[in-house]
Order: sequence, then C-alpha cells, then structure tokens
Amino acid sequence: MNESITLNYDVDSNDFTRAGEASSSVKRKLKLMGVDPDIIRKVAISLYEGEINMVIHSYGGTIEVIISTDMIEMILRDKGPGIEDTELAMQAGYTTAPDNIRSLGFGAGMGLPNMKKYSDDLKIESVVGKGTTVRMKVYIPKNIS
Amino acid sequence: MQLGSFIEVMSEFELLNKGNDLDREVTVPYCCDLLSIVMGRMPQGAAWVTVMANTNALAVATLADAACIILAEGSSLDEADVAKAKEKGITVFKTELPVFDTALIIYNRLND
Repeated sequence: MNESITLNYDVDSNDFTRAGEASSSVKRKLKLMGVDPDIIRKVAISLYEGEINMVIHSYGGTIEVIISTDMIEMILRDKGPGIEDTELAMQAGYTTAPDNIRSLGFGAGMGLPNMKKYSDDLKIESVVGKGTTVRMKVYIPKNIS
Repeated sequence: MQLGSFIEVMSEFELLNKGNDLDREVTVPYCCDLLSIVMGRMPQGAAWVTVMANTNALAVATLADAACIILAEGSSLDEADVAKAKEKGITVFKTELPVFDTALIIYNRLND
C-alpha cells in the first residue's frame, strides 16, 4: 500500500461531552487497519492531548490525520486566540486552564509535554490573534508495519 | 489476570458496566485523578483507580488503554456516562472505599 488515507474532524470550543471523539475515532480506525498497538497508543495520547487543548483553549478548529505506510501525521489547526509564549507553554506544570477546567481533571500543565513525549516530531506555529497550528508525526518503523 | 476473571474476583466492587475485551490482561493498579498525568504515565492494561467520574475519564481510559476503571470514594457515573461506557466497551466498577484501600485490594488480588 503506497497511498495514504486522510481523516478530517471538526473540534468545537468548550464541548467537553464530545472531547476525545476525534482521537477515539482515529484509534478505532488504526486498530482496524492492524497498526501496531504501541504506535496506536502514541498517536491516541498525543492526539487526545492536542484535541483537549483545542477544546479548552481555542475558539475551535479542525484536525487532519494523514495515515501512510511509514508515518501518521496529525495537523491541528485552530482559529485562535494563539499562544503568547510557546516555550513557556511547553514547560511541564505550566497551565492557564481556569478552575472549572481543573475540576474536570484537566489543567495539570502536562498536555504539551505529553504531546512532545508521545509524538516523534512536534511543531507548533502560533500567531496571537490568528491561531495555532500543531503538527505531530508518529513514525511507523519498517519492521512492524 | 484476565479482565474476565478480574471481574469475577472483585466481588466487593459494584460493577457499573461489563465491557468488551474480557480476555485482555489486567497488569497493575494505578491511582491518579489528573487526566494529563494519567495519559502520560498510566501503564497499559492498568486497573485505574480514580474519583474522576466523567466523560473525559472514559475517553482517557480508552485512549491510554486502561483495562478497567474503578471509581473510588463513592464517586459514580451518571446515566449518560454509563451509556457511553457501554458504547465504548469499558469495564467500570465503583466502590465506597478510599483510593488507597481500593488499589491495595487490587494489588493483593493480582499478586495472590
């Protein structure tokens, strides 16, 4: 198989009842495709953290997942508000989540660190007032694909 | 221990939903309520003990691949979330016991 498959999802701001649906759907599809469980776990965790970040912090956006034989690429684009200090946001424990979000179990300041830990490549482009694009890649080693 | 046997021997916990994948292995008890820490650190196949009884906990259990959830300290799912657990095939228990006691029972049972 040389062609790739692209999946697209919309993510709404503040909709915690649907948060995780895109990640769960991607996980199900990868399982059906027979992708290695460790690769699926890396994708599921990094994508869910990204999805939750969009729900908590953004004005909504889209998730695009491109599945090919050698990697799974995840592109999360939101409509703002943008991250002022990306380096600070990357620090473990740093959070801007309000109390109502913390009471749901979020806001530990581990979202971005988890995305960095579980994806093989993470790039964040953010413009305050415009939005943030997060690109993550999880590589599929040849011997297990 | 397989999840199916785990459900049978954990009779002191109330079973809120019997999920799928009953032949999967239950590895260790794991305790934490902060979901991002759970996402990052919970071992695969864990029996996850938490008081965080909501939709997001169900999503985390699925995505981080817990074997089951045990809601401690009398926390429980509402009807909509029980339905969601059914739909997603997640095994969920509840108990009035504190988190530590719950995890200790699981640990002893897994290591009998």
